[in-house]
Amino acid sequence: MANIFNLTKEDFASDQMVKWCPGCGDHAILAALRKVLPQAGKKKEDILVVSGIGCSSRAPYYVNTYGMHCIHGRALPIASGAKIANPNLSVWVTTGDGDSLAIGGNHFIHCLRRNMDIKVILFNNQIYGLTKGQYSPTSPFGKVTKTSPMGTIEDPFNPGELAIGAGGTFFARSFDISMPIMDEILLAAAEHTGTALVEVLQNCMIYNNGAHSYYTDKESRADRIIHVEDGKPMLFGKDMNKGIRLNKETNQLEVVTLGENGVTIDDILVHNPHQTNRGLQLMIAQMKGPDFPIAVGVIRDISKPCYSELMLQQIETAKAHTKFKCVDDLLNSGNTWDVE
Amino acid sequence: MTKDKGNVVVLEDVVVKFAGDSGDGMQLAGTLFSDNTALVGEDFVTFPDYPAEIRAPHNTVAGVSGFQIHFGSKAVISSGDRADVLVAMNPASLKSNMPNVKRGGTIIVDADTFVGDAITKAGYTENPLTNDSLLDYHVIAAPITSMTREAQKELNVDVKNADKCRNIYALGIVYFLFHRDLDPTVKYFEKKFAKKPEFIETNKRVLVAGYTYAESVSANATTFIVDKYPLSKGRYRYITGNLATSWGFLAAAEKSGLQLYQGSYPITPATDILVELEGRRDLGVKAYQAEDEIAGITSAIGAAYAGALAITTTSGPGLSLKSEALGLAVMTELPIVIVDVQRGGPSTGLPTKTEQSDLNQALYGRNGECPIPVIAASMPGNCFRFAYEASKIAVEHMTPVILLTDGYIANGTEVIKIPKVADLPDFNIPYAKPNDPDYAPYRRDETTFVPEWAIPGMEGLRHRVGGLEKENISGAVSTAPDNHELMCNYRRKKVEYIVNCIGDQEVIGDQEGDMLIIGWGGTYGALRNSLDEIRKECPGKKIGLAQFNYINPLPKNTEDIFKKFKKLIVCELNFGQFANYLRTQFEGYHFDQYNKVKGQPFMVSELVDAYKKLMEE
Repeated sequence: MANIFNLTKEDFASDQMVKWCPGCGDHAILAALRKVLPQAGKKKEDILVVSGIGCSSRAPYYVNTYGMHCIHGRALPIASGAKIANPNLSVWVTTGDGDSLAIGGNHFIHCLRRNMDIKVILFNNQIYGLTKGQYSPTSPFGKVTKTSPMGTIEDPFNPGELAIGAGGTFFARSFDISMPIMDEILLAAAEHTGTALVEVLQNCMIYNNGAHSYYTDKESRADRIIHVEDGKPMLFGKDMNKGIRLNKETNQLEVVTLGENGVTIDDILVHNPHQTNRGLQLMIAQMKGPDFPIAVGVIRDISKPCYSELMLQQIETAKAHTKFKCVDDLLNSGNTWDVE
Repeated sequence: MTKDKGNVVVLEDVVVKFAGDSGDGMQLAGTLFSDNTALVGEDFVTFPDYPAEIRAPHNTVAGVSGFQIHFGSKAVISSGDRADVLVAMNPASLKSNMPNVKRGGTIIVDADTFVGDAITKAGYTENPLTNDSLLDYHVIAAPITSMTREAQKELNVDVKNADKCRNIYALGIVYFLFHRDLDPTVKYFEKKFAKKPEFIETNKRVLVAGYTYAESVSANATTFIVDKYPLSKGRYRYITGNLATSWGFLAAAEKSGLQLYQGSYPITPATDILVELEGRRDLGVKAYQAEDEIAGITSAIGAAYAGALAITTTSGPGLSLKSEALGLAVMTELPIVIVDVQRGGPSTGLPTKTEQSDLNQALYGRNGECPIPVIAASMPGNCFRFAYEASKIAVEHMTPVILLTDGYIANGTEVIKIPKVADLPDFNIPYAKPNDPDYAPYRRDETTFVPEWAIPGMEGLRHRVGGLEKENISGAVSTAPDNHELMCNYRRKKVEYIVNCIGDQEVIGDQEGDMLIIGWGGTYGALRNSLDEIRKECPGKKIGLAQFNYINPLPKNTEDIFKKFKKLIVCELNFGQFANYLRTQFEGYHFDQYNKVKGQPFMVSELVDAYKKLMEE
């Protein structure tokens, strides 16, 4: 896909005042979204941005396309209905960890399973921001919040794990502070056919400030984040001398250092997001500190027909083989009798 | 087949009930008898009555499956109260249906099943065929099981398969009683079993065996003749309410040029609509079996925004789950139709039984000031018309519309004259004009208060909708106090305006006088029959019936009708939801009530008793 309509990011700025807190990670995501939309290969009129409820879900107001800001957790089925009704639309969803993994969890897994052709940007700040600081399904175990004064006693979801487990065809991750990676993965999402889940680890200045600072702190960032790229060995670290190896004995991933214990570049796993088998991609999505760096970039991107396409194919087949060309044919089918 | 058939009685209308263990094939026997009735040219209504369990315990009352057909040489509008003829394939089906057989009626039983455990499992202490309990009835105790096996003896059929034809043997007996021609049913077997010819022969032999058995043992028994019903010229079919609903939406889509989208989740008794429309890809329907009720309606809202005629179909518990999304549809002013095929509630309630107890939920079950038009179909056949009208109202007035049917009319069948799509009213869709420089999401028609439908893909009309309150005209998010009240009023007035598009309420029978029977939706058949009956029994009294299809808004002339009667009695299958609604709409009237919450339709006799009691007061 390309920018065939010569659009710019300015074309996608709406007249609405952006009402997120100053310094919120959402601003960066919005900027990246406006930047990628010209690349969707669609006219502005053929782009639809849908959201549920939460800070992330205000995004449609700030993008000059058709948009729907709906009810909590339901952005994905609403977007699905719109996409099925008009498969020509480029449909984007902005959502949060509460919106899509708690109240909308059911829709989330089914959307991925069906491979609906929808680009989903999941703003993951590990907190309920709009309701002022309650723990979310991605808050780490033990997290103290207003509704968990003694710390949570539940494990969080890893959205990538959930998405890949549900049969998702695309998963990518970035931090809100990494503009180049956000640009890269949103573009890949735009070009993907099917449900493209983009997780953005985003900082809530007010209610969960520093939630991701373990990874994003300037000094240690290079050692704690790995940018995975198609066809490239999985290397990271300040000196790019650390890598991810698949231990053939344990069948587990491990961090190794080039030059140590005879490790060479040939031992390092080469990332392949297009591999249909999800085993390795799942392991990469699961990597987290302190044992591993967290992976950003496109982790899974496989091609598979999307739901709306398959439905159109069925309609075509059914139309070619039916004896019913209109409703009158149907009304007059089966047992009928004439009265003179 | 002409032969001396003994005592022949000519009847105006007859009720036949087929009852057996679920799995005995009673629905098929009933359907074949209905087909045959159609060919004879009698009018009819049918009603299947089956247990919630797919295979309830064998030989228990809980497992009884029934199919009732009411047919006649006059217009038939209900499936009838009590049976003239009961077919009972086992003791349990006799036990559960005896209260609904007319005294002096004919009872056909499979005598082979009235042995051992089956008798006690049904709740009898002794065999009802050998004591005096059935003296007031004409009993044909046929050894159906053994005779069915006997009829197939030469065909090398194993017992299990042979027994599957017991229903056909019983059908043969019923055919004899009503002087029916066997050929159409034989032709049905030939078509249905074209690929398994052995079944053609077995079914044919069993059908004929049943018929000749009845002929030989009942030479002096009473048989019945029902004359043709003089239908007006045209082509006819019979149809269930759920099928009529499905086809009404298809007709609406074709006529309006809109794509039909359905987002639904399976739920009894509404599932058949999803099944039908999932099978209509050939007519371009995009039916989507969603992961839950909420996804069903919200996907419909998305599809409506994208320009489709969008519907979602459900029953009471599903409507509860959809409540929040209904509010979103009201707020975004998008056209969707929500069908609630009502069943017994609350909660899971009585999934396979009928009730009218979702009216309050349809009228009020949402947060905020959230008006939605509510309409109700009243017969299996007119589900077609009201699905069509619900679509038309939704699209022309940019609003969600709730269409109420119920388990009784959804599963029942009625003979209808086949409509022509060309004769149906046109749609007038309030599309926005692409590149209209003055377009605004909440700019409204000054008379109807209807906003325009701007659909993604239309140039120059990009806008955002959502569940947050919006500023009048511009559609920007707004929490301004006066604006909120203004918008609430616009949404209310938009729905109220629909009163100008629905016509007047009709009164059947006397147009003024002593008592007005008031009903709504699927009770029409019973209430109409009760009107005829009470007028016959009380010739001095002036009595009318107003059966409402338009619930919100109510037709303009509603109060004028109420003024003309001394007594008003509201009859409904709930504790008085419509009566209470009327009390909120019309001050100074006394509404008496007759209510029933048993999961069963009204009986004419109970209604007539209630009317008499009221008139004596």
